[in-house]
Amino acid sequence: MLKFILRRILETIPVLLCVAAMTFFMCRLAPGGPFDEDKQVTTEVRELLNKQFNLDQPLHKQFIQYITHLPTLQSFKYPNRTVGEIISQKFPVSAKLGFFAMCIALGLGILFGVIASLRPNTYVDYIPSSLAMIGICLPTFVMGPLLMLVFSLQLGWFPATGWGGFDGDQFLSSDMVLPSVTLGFFYAAYISRLTRGGMLDILTQDYIRTAKAKGASGLRVILKHALRGGLLPVISFMGPAVAGLIAGSFVIETIFNIPGLGQDFVKSAFNRDYTLVLGVVMFYATLIIFLNLIVDILQVTLNPKLKFD
Amino acid sequence: MSDTPNAKPTATDTVEKGESLWVGAWYRLRKNKMALAGGVFILLLAGLSFIGPFFLEGDYYTNTILEDKLTAPGAEYTLGTDHLGRDQLGRIIKGGQISLLVGLVATFVSLTIGIGYGTISGYFGGKIDSVMMRLVDILYSLPFVIFVILLMVFAKDLGDSIDDWFRARGSEFSISGQWNMLLLFVAIGAVEWLTMARIVRGQVMSLRRQEFIEACISLGLPTHRIILRHMVPNILGPVIVYTTLTIPAVMLLEAFLSFLGLGVQPPTPSWGLLIKDGADRMREAWWMLVFPGTLFAITLFSFNFVGDGLRDALDPKTSKD
Repeated sequence: MLKFILRRILETIPVLLCVAAMTFFMCRLAPGGPFDEDKQVTTEVRELLNKQFNLDQPLHKQFIQYITHLPTLQSFKYPNRTVGEIISQKFPVSAKLGFFAMCIALGLGILFGVIASLRPNTYVDYIPSSLAMIGICLPTFVMGPLLMLVFSLQLGWFPATGWGGFDGDQFLSSDMVLPSVTLGFFYAAYISRLTRGGMLDILTQDYIRTAKAKGASGLRVILKHALRGGLLPVISFMGPAVAGLIAGSFVIETIFNIPGLGQDFVKSAFNRDYTLVLGVVMFYATLIIFLNLIVDILQVTLNPKLKFD
Repeated sequence: MSDTPNAKPTATDTVEKGESLWVGAWYRLRKNKMALAGGVFILLLAGLSFIGPFFLEGDYYTNTILEDKLTAPGAEYTLGTDHLGRDQLGRIIKGGQISLLVGLVATFVSLTIGIGYGTISGYFGGKIDSVMMRLVDILYSLPFVIFVILLMVFAKDLGDSIDDWFRARGSEFSISGQWNMLLLFVAIGAVEWLTMARIVRGQVMSLRRQEFIEACISLGLPTHRIILRHMVPNILGPVIVYTTLTIPAVMLLEAFLSFLGLGVQPPTPSWGLLIKDGADRMREAWWMLVFPGTLFAITLFSFNFVGDGLRDALDPKTSKD
């Protein structure tokens, strides 16, 4: 187990280096630069700026300097702020949004999935299953504005935009409901389908019948015996789900005007803010790879049939 | 053909069996009402977006009448107008055309890469296979949407550079008009092939062990002939199923990029762009959001139903639920 974890961690190093190289060279080989937009900048000023940000050095030297000093590099567009500062300030907002969305997804998804699997092909199954189908087919960028239109503009239940109340530092506030629901709903739908499928497989197994025959209550059979196996497809979906939640946060943060890292990433790419782009990409890549590792470990812990190699 | 009872029946038997897979599949699909309804909807939509424009005036989706801006749906404009007074119906038709086109072409790109990669990996097996599949695993764990976003941002101006290069050599060749579409095809196609490669590899691996492939090998057929003539037709079932499920995923990604302002460039509309415009102006004009949004959702719905129906029909064993 320890060997597996160590090997996986070592494997991520070349992968992350590749990600860094791809991002860096994609940024730098493309036409255009961070100071192109400012028309007033004279040639001398531009040279000075280039010097300040080491843009005048050969590319490979810049690359090495970038990856070795990444968190302390200055952002191009926000002078006097380092990449590390921006990420550590903006990411908690995105992480909170992602966490709420995940809670909604897992809670609703597993609940509906289990309910649907108990009476397959009856109305108890059809209603949650059709809801799930709607959730899968309604993209976040349709769902978000629609929810906003109905619940904040028409009914006025929730604020349309913002995060964390008026001054933005409340721990829980009503403006967090719509973004979290929008982001979580798709995954709730998907997870309920996976749970239903997994549970249907498990509920026909012999050991479930044995458990019932031994007189275990229906609830106990489901919670104690069936869920462990039935949730395996959900666990293996968690890796892609995290990557999807990050991508989803780009859109959600734009729609609901939430000051998170996702919005910053898209902006920084448009601004050719090389240092910030590289920093955010590396941060997300590390996060996704790390969470995937946790998911893999969790999968093996829950399913003894899977052995490391 | 003939009534001779000796050798012929076996021949007709095999012919009938060959047919019965597709006939049986069609029979199973026909019973699936949702899949059929989805299929009919997609055909209608394709007809409307690709044949419909022939009956409309050339500028049906760019014709700007500022006096009529933000007109609610009614007798004059069935689906209302947008913030520049453009007919919403025309824009939705053109947008559907673009979205479907991106969906089909990018799916085709990913299909080609996925089938090629998966077949090679599954056919040769061993070391080649484990290296190739490890690569797919690694690519799976990367934040691909981020790369697509970067690619769309940074390669945007590359079209102009290519035009300049050709102009400097006295050529009239121009690519920048279609550049963003081309970029979308490549960027999305390059991301969506991973699952297809895995599916194809699994199929090829199991085929590889079957007698008729061993017969081919012992007959000394060249590898490309075995793969193209004997393997590929046998993996068509799962490939068709997964293709129908890839198209909505691709359309979703295109709309996602267009929504972030990275996809198709205005004034050409795509559904993602129309939804974006609608979301920006939903306070004044709900119809700009509701119509393209609903249509897009129904389209994704239909593709998914057709895909699920085809899976149940062609490949009942791997049916998901």
